[in-house]
Amino acid sequence: MSALSITNVTKSFGDNHILKGISLEAEAGEFIALVGPSGCGKSTLLRIVAGLEGADSGEIVAGGRDLTRLVAAERNVAMVFQSYALYPHLTASQNIAVPLAMRNLTSMQRLPMIGSLLPGQKAIRKDIMRQVTDMARSLKIDHLLDRKPGQMSGGQRQRVALARAMVRQPGLFLMDEPLSNLDANLRVHARGEIVDLHRRAGVPTLYVTHDQAEALSMADRVAVMMSGSLLQLAAPEVIYDDPAHIEVAKFVGQPRINTIASRVDADGAVTLGTWRLQPHDTLAPGSDITVAIRSEFLSIADMGTPGLPAHIERLEFLGSEVIVYTKLDAIGESMVVKLAPSDARGLVAGKPVTIVPQGERLMVFGADGARLRADLTFTTLLERAHG
Amino acid sequence: MADMTAISLPVEKSRPIVNVSERHEARVAWMLAAPAMILIVLFIVAPVVAVITLGFTDFELGYSTFKFVGFENYAELFGDRTFRQSLWNTAIYTAIVAPASILLGLGVALLIESETVGRSFFRTAYFLPVASLLVAMATVWQYLLHPTIGPVNNLLNLIGLPGPNWLGSASTVLYSLSMIGVWQTVGFNMILFLAGLTAIPRDLYSAAEIDGAKSPIDRFFLVTLPMLGPTTVFVTTISIINAVKVFETVKTLTEGGPNKASEVLLFTIYQEGFVYLRVGYASAMTVVFLAVLVVMMFAQYRLVDRKVHY
Repeated sequence: MSALSITNVTKSFGDNHILKGISLEAEAGEFIALVGPSGCGKSTLLRIVAGLEGADSGEIVAGGRDLTRLVAAERNVAMVFQSYALYPHLTASQNIAVPLAMRNLTSMQRLPMIGSLLPGQKAIRKDIMRQVTDMARSLKIDHLLDRKPGQMSGGQRQRVALARAMVRQPGLFLMDEPLSNLDANLRVHARGEIVDLHRRAGVPTLYVTHDQAEALSMADRVAVMMSGSLLQLAAPEVIYDDPAHIEVAKFVGQPRINTIASRVDADGAVTLGTWRLQPHDTLAPGSDITVAIRSEFLSIADMGTPGLPAHIERLEFLGSEVIVYTKLDAIGESMVVKLAPSDARGLVAGKPVTIVPQGERLMVFGADGARLRADLTFTTLLERAHG
Repeated sequence: MADMTAISLPVEKSRPIVNVSERHEARVAWMLAAPAMILIVLFIVAPVVAVITLGFTDFELGYSTFKFVGFENYAELFGDRTFRQSLWNTAIYTAIVAPASILLGLGVALLIESETVGRSFFRTAYFLPVASLLVAMATVWQYLLHPTIGPVNNLLNLIGLPGPNWLGSASTVLYSLSMIGVWQTVGFNMILFLAGLTAIPRDLYSAAEIDGAKSPIDRFFLVTLPMLGPTTVFVTTISIINAVKVFETVKTLTEGGPNKASEVLLFTIYQEGFVYLRVGYASAMTVVFLAVLVVMMFAQYRLVDRKVHY
């Protein structure tokens, strides 16, 4: 049985269909990243799982418990917000203690003056404080416990927010872009920390982000969402190397994947610039397709080598690699090539060159954006069409 | 060595230039600040100084001369039964109007905030008493609270209750005026609380729900009330000051009566200064009035303000 299963969840505001039937399963202890451009519905899905918003239809089951009709407080989920949402009037230790106090103390016992007179509350408070201190120590924020959020840095607040979420051993961990408000250096560092914390806690986690690099680097599986639909849910390597949809291919990877719009010829072959590619499987003649290839599977050779003739437009030196922006001579499409600096020696803007793709890395997508598996049968680039 | 002189030389040369530009900057600063400073002296500092000075004289309007009498006015004040009565009445009035209008203002703001359909209608309706002319509305209140033809008493009679003589009896007049005061202030406090409510980040409520604050009451005490702290301090200050300054309803509806039962500070000052023309004595009262307000404001900011800003 999966730790979390989301079945056919839909949500719309008026005519605006935010979620068009999302289904998703998470295994025990799995880290799933929900990634997509802003407005794709990933945050709404997370809020529905949290119980902060109601779904129009669909079902959410976690740990064998149907959560669909429970309010947020009863779902035993924890959430970290992009803004951290710490209570500004409470100190760090009071913030971390809130989820425990809300659950372990009655509303009478929580009253400021009268509460302290009630029997039993002292022992509970002491136990809460012990848990808070333990949690703080494990996140290395025990020196911040007396500070209010206003007196902390972004990174410190983020840790307090994590501590508040983790302190009561939730059944499900939800994170809504928790790293977006951190500066770039801290963000990369915090990625590792969150993955580490997740591994220690072993709680299934849904992690919303718009940053594909974050999703690929942190998650066990990545769910790519696009305008209310789940396009692909798979391991990061599969998402990158074997995307099921053109939008997934475009969204993931830096620089963006190269795409060339084309049409299947009458004989079932595909014309790509001055080249014709012969797939072994048949593609419907006359159908529109998109051919895509990642920049690192292209190489640049001297003019005259068999390949796609192009001109270099500009070069970007990034230290460990060089990004070469080119334009194909035949069809005017842009092609981005990622090279090792040693391979880029002697390249200058304006130089005519030949681009050589690795044939087995070409991918074909249909007019609806879905992947056509025909690409696996591309053998090599075949003969030149016209001299 | 040669390097050092080369470096230090321009610094010494530029020093007088810095001084000139600094002096120039200072002059510009004074010029820019001057209009505001002149206006503050003219319209705030000078009148206060004048009132304090007049409080030590026996000046009466219409007489061309006056002499300084030291603390005589103040000595008279504290033996003056009318003044003590009006001080007491003002305190009672404030003790009713300020808390009632703050709590009701908060309650109405919370109701309107959670309302989706008629929000702007209710907001306007509650704000109407603030925007309307109190003197004009006083006639309406006079009619409503009239002991025999007033609708309020008619309604009470309908269910068999004897209606009191709201504004005409010494035992009820102050409470009737307080009621009108609350009616007039709730809308203003509501607007301030509404502004405070909209400034609370929605995420905090989401976090509170996740953290286990199941009921709206839990969320109110965990998020809303603490986050409204700064607003509440401001609303409290304004409400107290406005209550202490009650005048229009007293002047138009009761003239301080019956038997000084609704005599309030500002009305007493008005009587002494503009009816009996004893400007010196009225000034001394004004000084006491100002002192009360200033002390209250300081006390409030000292005690509360530090705790509500995060």
